Amino acid sequence: MLTQIIHYFQTDSSQYWLYVWQHIYLSLITLSIAMIIALPLGYIGSRIKTVAAFCTAFAQVLRIIPSLALLFLLIPFIGTGMLPALIALVILALPSLLINTILGFNEVSLLYEEVGTALGMDRRQLRRQVEIPLALPYILNGIKLALVEIIASATLATYIGAGGLGTLIFTGLGLYDMTYVVIGGVSVAILSLLSMIGFDFLIRRIQRYDRASYSI
Amino acid sequence: MIEYWKTNWPIMVVDLQQHATMVLASLGIALVIAGVIIILLMHRKNWLNGLVYFFSLLYSVPSFAFFTLLLPVSGLGMRTAIIVLTLYCEYVLLRTFITGIREVDPSLVEVAKGMGMTAQQVFFRVQLPLATPAIFSGLQVALASTMGIATIAATINAGGLGQLLFEGLQSQQVVPILWGTLLTVILTLVCAGILKLIEWLLIHRWQSVVNQRKEKRA
Amino acid sequence: MTEPVIQFKNVQKRFGKNIIIPDLSFTINRGEFVTILGSSGSGKTTTLKMVNGLWKPDAGEILINGQKISSLDLVKLRRHMGYVVQQIGLFPHMTIAENIAVVPKMLRWDQEKIEQRVEKLLDLVQLDPQKYAKRYPNQLSGGQQQRIGVARALAVNPPFVLFDEPFGALDALTRIELQKEIKRIHESLADKTFMFVTHDINEALFLGQRVMVMHEGQIEQFATPEEIVTYPATSFVRELLGTVQQNQSLWGNYHD
Repeated sequence: MLTQIIHYFQTDSSQYWLYVWQHIYLSLITLSIAMIIALPLGYIGSRIKTVAAFCTAFAQVLRIIPSLALLFLLIPFIGTGMLPALIALVILALPSLLINTILGFNEVSLLYEEVGTALGMDRRQLRRQVEIPLALPYILNGIKLALVEIIASATLATYIGAGGLGTLIFTGLGLYDMTYVVIGGVSVAILSLLSMIGFDFLIRRIQRYDRASYSI
Repeated sequence: MIEYWKTNWPIMVVDLQQHATMVLASLGIALVIAGVIIILLMHRKNWLNGLVYFFSLLYSVPSFAFFTLLLPVSGLGMRTAIIVLTLYCEYVLLRTFITGIREVDPSLVEVAKGMGMTAQQVFFRVQLPLATPAIFSGLQVALASTMGIATIAATINAGGLGQLLFEGLQSQQVVPILWGTLLTVILTLVCAGILKLIEWLLIHRWQSVVNQRKEKRA
Repeated sequence: MTEPVIQFKNVQKRFGKNIIIPDLSFTINRGEFVTILGSSGSGKTTTLKMVNGLWKPDAGEILINGQKISSLDLVKLRRHMGYVVQQIGLFPHMTIAENIAVVPKMLRWDQEKIEQRVEKLLDLVQLDPQKYAKRYPNQLSGGQQQRIGVARALAVNPPFVLFDEPFGALDALTRIELQKEIKRIHESLADKTFMFVTHDINEALFLGQRVMVMHEGQIEQFATPEEIVTYPATSFVRELLGTVQQNQSLWGNYHD
């Protein structure tokens, strides 16, 4: 198998990098769109209860619909290709972003808002200097979970013609050629693990103020 | 849609059955493993944390890739699917169980110790019962996500409701896709309802009282 | 020479149907250290929070430096009014130095001036700048955190500082130490008006140049500590003083 894998990289490395690039490209575009929608909405949700309730209900419903089904269900309406994949992936990424953004802003204690106000911060300064920094670890966690979900589901998006590393697995399964399957599977796994570890590292750095608690 | 059911119901029932077997077997195995791990390692915080992070990394491996990566090891079919689904459940269960147990009011644990309970007694009589709601919410999360992921197992010939989804995809028909989705959702809701019932049977006697007290305090 | 800087004129405050403060009038002069003494629900914290406009009165007028508070820019006002609370409320994501520098930064002081000021304030509250400036609040004890809380309130040398039971959550020894220190700070900084809310009668009598005793939203007595002790104005004040004497007689016996 190893020789076959080496052989693949010798002959088809340009194709491989194209798949990797497609996968990353699709994931990042999806993540950006989902963030543009979910972060402001989540912030509003932390202020207005009905919005939060709506977001939670939306997340609950999405939790029990299989992501595979969601990807396939769009085909009759939009057909195959990049666009339906993008739409489905954005929908799949929204719940973790929404829930964690709402949670993050809700976790900011009212005490800090009052103290900030009493120190003479206006609404914008309060948001920039107090609320966002304190909610950031939660928001980043939401982004991490969304990205992991996107990378996973983008693999399946191959089935509706979105390209990416899923193509390798798909082809491999079709030909029952484990070389392709393993190359595709390992690459996606690495991509996912890297994003996860990267975000964990980032969150830990941002939260350094929380680590060394005072103890007697 | 009814038409499709009439002609295909024997296959659909088989799919449903396979799906349920796959998910419930994984959930059951994961539950047993989680129990063993927690009982053995309860007091080794670092080991537990390390283990949870390890499983979280496994959890982040996309399911499609995970299924296929095990093919050279355990071959096509339901066995591979159950292994993967168990690993996914394991992360959710371990994480929620551990947080649930750790969040039990430490003063209660202290009181229990002060009354002369052994570490084991503290765990089984105080921590575990009080963590029951957290444990069940973990089971619910694991159930819902496993139900969804199990549809992907159709790609490695493990059967299940994913079959219907792929059939619809290949034949360009929306009806089988809708049926696949609908049956997965119904199966999830039924199982979730059963879990909820078990939880209620276990803790309804004291749970409502505790909630009342919490509300009063708030 | 007395110059009124904080004036309440027939102020009323309701929360829903509950009238917390029916009709409150008083005057505080420049450079005074006034303590407001009362139990929970007496309206003492409500009174304090109306001074920096966190809460607005439902009727009546509040004058700061002779100007109606309703006509002032609250954000600007608050930047010149220090505020210390019981829960301390240091921002956990900022270092000690950054916490103290919040208001100076908003007022766009230059970096060098801010650094000098932070150092000076840490000296004032007797924490070594070398050691503490770069730490996070979580790495400090409760008493040390509240010293920073005081330093933050004094950051831009504001003419007013409001204290809302700042030492309520600290242990007895730390509390006494900080009481002495806050008194020393007030004496060393000329012309600063301190308003200090507490439910601890000893604290109120020790710190206040004048003590405002509040009960159910009304002033029972507003006078110097000596006057309150010698001539309690109402039965409520007498009872309050009675509790102190009772305590003293309780532990007084141990000294014989």
